[in-house]
Amino acid sequence: MDTIAAIATGMTDSGVGIVRISGSGAVEVGDGIVRSPSGRRILKKAESHRLYYGFVVDPEDGAEIDEVLAVVMRGPRSFTGEDTVEVQCHGGVLVMRRILECALRCGARLAEPGEFTKRAFLNGRMDLSRAEAVMDVIGAQNDRALGYSLGQLKGRLSGKVGELRGRILYETAFIESALDDPEHFDLDGYGEGLSGKLDGMIEELRRLIGTADNGRLIKEGIRTVILGKPNVGKSSLLNCLLGEERAIVTDVAGTTRDVLEESLRLGDICLNIVDTAGIRDTEDAVERIGVERALRYAREADFIVYVTDASMELDENDREIVSVIGDKRTIVLLNKSDLEAVVTEEEIRALFAENEAYPSGEERLAILHTSAKEGAGIEELEQAVKEMFFHGEIGSSNEIVITSMRHKEALEEACGALMLVKGSIEDGMPEDFYSIDLMNAYKALGRIIGEEVDDDLVDEIFSKFCMGK
Amino acid sequence: MGLSKYMTEFREKVDVCVVGAGHAGCEAALACARLGLETVIFTVAVDSIALMPCNPNIGGSSKGHLVRELDALGGEMGKNIDRTFIQSKMLNVSKGPAVHSLRAQADKAEYSRAMRKVLEGQEHLTIKQAEVCELLWEETQARDVLDGDASGRNPSGSKKGYGKRVTGVRTFTGMVYECGAVVLCTGTYLGARCLCGESITYTGPNGLQAAAHLTDSLREMGIELRRFKTGTPARMDRRSIDFTKMEEQVGDERITPFSFSTDPDSIQKEQVSCWLTYTNEKTHEIIRDNLDRSPIYAGIIQGTGPRYCPSIEDKVVKFADKERHQVFIEPEGLHTSEMYVGGMSSSLPEDVQLAMYRTVPGLERCRIVRNAYAIEYDCIHAGQLDATLEFRNVKGLFSAGQFNGSSGYEEAACQGLVAGVNAAMSILGKPPLTIDRSEGYIGVLIDDLVTKDNREPYRMMTSRAEYRLLLRQDNADLRLRKKGYEAGLISEEEYQALLEKERLIDREVERLKGTSVGANREIQNFLEAHGSSPLKTAASLAELLCRPELSYEALGEIDRGREALPAAVLEQVEIEIKYEGYILRQKRQVEQFRKMEKKLIPQDMDYDGVPSLRLEARQHLKQFRPSSIGQASRISGVSPADISVLLVYLERYGRELP
Repeated sequence: MDTIAAIATGMTDSGVGIVRISGSGAVEVGDGIVRSPSGRRILKKAESHRLYYGFVVDPEDGAEIDEVLAVVMRGPRSFTGEDTVEVQCHGGVLVMRRILECALRCGARLAEPGEFTKRAFLNGRMDLSRAEAVMDVIGAQNDRALGYSLGQLKGRLSGKVGELRGRILYETAFIESALDDPEHFDLDGYGEGLSGKLDGMIEELRRLIGTADNGRLIKEGIRTVILGKPNVGKSSLLNCLLGEERAIVTDVAGTTRDVLEESLRLGDICLNIVDTAGIRDTEDAVERIGVERALRYAREADFIVYVTDASMELDENDREIVSVIGDKRTIVLLNKSDLEAVVTEEEIRALFAENEAYPSGEERLAILHTSAKEGAGIEELEQAVKEMFFHGEIGSSNEIVITSMRHKEALEEACGALMLVKGSIEDGMPEDFYSIDLMNAYKALGRIIGEEVDDDLVDEIFSKFCMGK
Repeated sequence: MGLSKYMTEFREKVDVCVVGAGHAGCEAALACARLGLETVIFTVAVDSIALMPCNPNIGGSSKGHLVRELDALGGEMGKNIDRTFIQSKMLNVSKGPAVHSLRAQADKAEYSRAMRKVLEGQEHLTIKQAEVCELLWEETQARDVLDGDASGRNPSGSKKGYGKRVTGVRTFTGMVYECGAVVLCTGTYLGARCLCGESITYTGPNGLQAAAHLTDSLREMGIELRRFKTGTPARMDRRSIDFTKMEEQVGDERITPFSFSTDPDSIQKEQVSCWLTYTNEKTHEIIRDNLDRSPIYAGIIQGTGPRYCPSIEDKVVKFADKERHQVFIEPEGLHTSEMYVGGMSSSLPEDVQLAMYRTVPGLERCRIVRNAYAIEYDCIHAGQLDATLEFRNVKGLFSAGQFNGSSGYEEAACQGLVAGVNAAMSILGKPPLTIDRSEGYIGVLIDDLVTKDNREPYRMMTSRAEYRLLLRQDNADLRLRKKGYEAGLISEEEYQALLEKERLIDREVERLKGTSVGANREIQNFLEAHGSSPLKTAASLAELLCRPELSYEALGEIDRGREALPAAVLEQVEIEIKYEGYILRQKRQVEQFRKMEKKLIPQDMDYDGVPSLRLEARQHLKQFRPSSIGQASRISGVSPADISVLLVYLERYGRELP
């Protein structure tokens, strides 16, 4: 492969900086720019993995640019698996840039983001799951997401998944031993015991899967839809949140006839907000379209902000909205708390209780009193969102958070398979049936950490790395 | 001994030589002869054809599967045990259908005699009592032996890199047999020695002559040999055993035959009993006190013994906290008073054996007819073979059975058939018979032998088969008969019978899925009577059959118009419907497996050119030369990370090709 070069450390002034050159011509390029204190070229004959003291000189006029330590790492014993030269220089941005320019003039090409990693992967220096994490690191939208990807790269997820796999394997091994040596391995009452262990594993998997939503929400933002009857103050609320007049606000019901999308940052959380037309049974054709659109957005949302006018009695339209909400996490804003309230929290909860789809007992519903007009309750809203999605705080980057759809799917598959084992136990199936689904769970988890080789992933990584033909 | 010059001229030309007439040799020779090839089977003693030197039974957990698969392919073992069994039992019937397994007690002498009769009646087959002491071979240019594209042996299209070609065998008395293929089935006879405590004899099993010379010839050819050991318990005089202190183990009321060609009605007969008793603390104490006199623990035996068929010494050491171990007393035949003491094989000295056996209830006054002993023998690492059981480096040389590092009559017989058929196919220039892990236990057996570094005799076990819900003993014919037919070992008539069975199964499954019953009073009453919950809406008969409490037979009450179908058909129908979800999931696993099997690796793959393969993986890949990524992933010492390196390399390689 051709030779690439880049500044390997950050593009900020710091004590030490590294310029990395990798590829079949790396030693040639390095040799072109590094001189010993006595002015001789030194890298071509340099011993691998040994630091050499010297200077970087401009290949055209021989001017000294910086005092450096240079190291040659011959492939495959390098990060990329190729011949690599690293020049450790002073960490000023200007100095690093000038050294890089020299390398480029000696025949290297500027590396694309992530290209060193790509080469490491293609040369087999990195397993699939790490390569995948590196792709996430490169593509991370913000610091938090980056933290999670780095966590994966360091193997935190691998550790957890490996541990779960170990537990599953123990159970299969026990069943198999009992099938082959019934004299020495007894399966009496084994099913009940296993069932309890499965509950534990299923719970852990669900928790991990749960973080996948958080992972996506952190990466991409929370899809939020504001619902409510016309003229309950939805648009005022949005304006209040965004701090400017975005939606048309009038006292005439049905002014917002389309949907509005805005992105709102609440501390670490990003809400992608869709304001919708008020939902009511209407004859107006244009308004009808808006209402239908609102319903459609609501179905795809992560989060519903249901605004209702606390000063007006609940009616059929509210019932309709609650049924549209289905099982989504919802914050009900009893708006216009500046006026005299006629709707109570109990009435709202009763309304949700009528909705069969709404899961009871979970913290998916919060009710707040606000006055969008006066800005009251906005901070509470922020807090409530955090409670609802991240249990009060956005977890530190140290916790395992699933940020890859592929991982989430594999976890779900594993979880589903363990549920099937539980089903088999409940149906009184013989123990030998358990192993089919136990093995499926084991393999699904193995795909996350590259212990089960998945050729689809190879294809995917190739396509993401945009490999040639 | 000097050979006269006339004898050196004595040559005969045949197609195939089979060395050894145990369970592997018999199947190999029969397969070749039945495919029309002139075949000679060599044995050191004609009286020992199909000898059962260890346990007096055929089948058992997972081994029963092997016998049925062998039968589906056209082997003889199933038919022969159907002729000669004296007790039969379907094991594990309380478990799922995947682990049901048939086991029959054989009349050993009858089994051997009946098999000999089959060999003697087989056209194109000659039995020869002689010790083969040398293989004849010639060097070939590495690539000049065409594999023949039709064979499919090398799906990547590259030629197999044989370096040698086998041309015949020489017997100890000097006779030369020229042939196109040799199948080695030497069992435990090569360089054998038997150990009973401190006393050692240089014989094969049962005091038979060992084969002392062939090993050297194999070494000269560059074949790597290793040493394994196995053992057998004592045989006792039935008259000295007190059966009143034991639990009687009787056979099944309705006997299931092994062979798909045997009419079940024709084999219902009086059966003999086996007996169950247990060891106790006293037994274990004697063993522990004398472990230093056991050749294994004293370090005299170098061979590695089977972990899964352990001696009583091993069991006492391994399961130190177990207060007792099972002991099965099994008759060796109808015309002998010898009884086999299952579960207590041992290589302890005679005096210790006697003391130990006499602690077991019912054996207090036992008299030993034959002592327990351990046997050590030369065998190969089967990694030198490919899936057809041919040596990768020697064209025309095949091997099967204990010589390949397996253990057990059934494992041997199955390899015998595969090696025999493929020896024949290589001469006939036809595609080989291969079975993969998703097609049969035989596939698992052979794949494990040729890809894994087995350090002890390999015994088949249920747990070794990943896809066992599909690989049931009841459907072995549906899985493999077609292969047997294509190989030429299954008759047109037998094949047509299979097709008819398949048709009946499909039709009945369709009918049950398509016939719905309403939630009417009759149905609800029926369900209530069977402890099943009432229907809310109409349901198909298949849906009802899925309920654990309802059987096909029970459903007859509400399914009056049904046609009478053979029991073997109904068994398939019931399993297919009852376990549909599980079967479906297992089939998906098989699809995943096949995907990797289809990712082929060129046979001339330069593993040194793949960067970042770990050294160990590189060595093993070069040694085993797997044909696919799937096979590579099962080789000992190759990690998933190595596999992903290979996948990425092959992907790149594929993409960078013009």
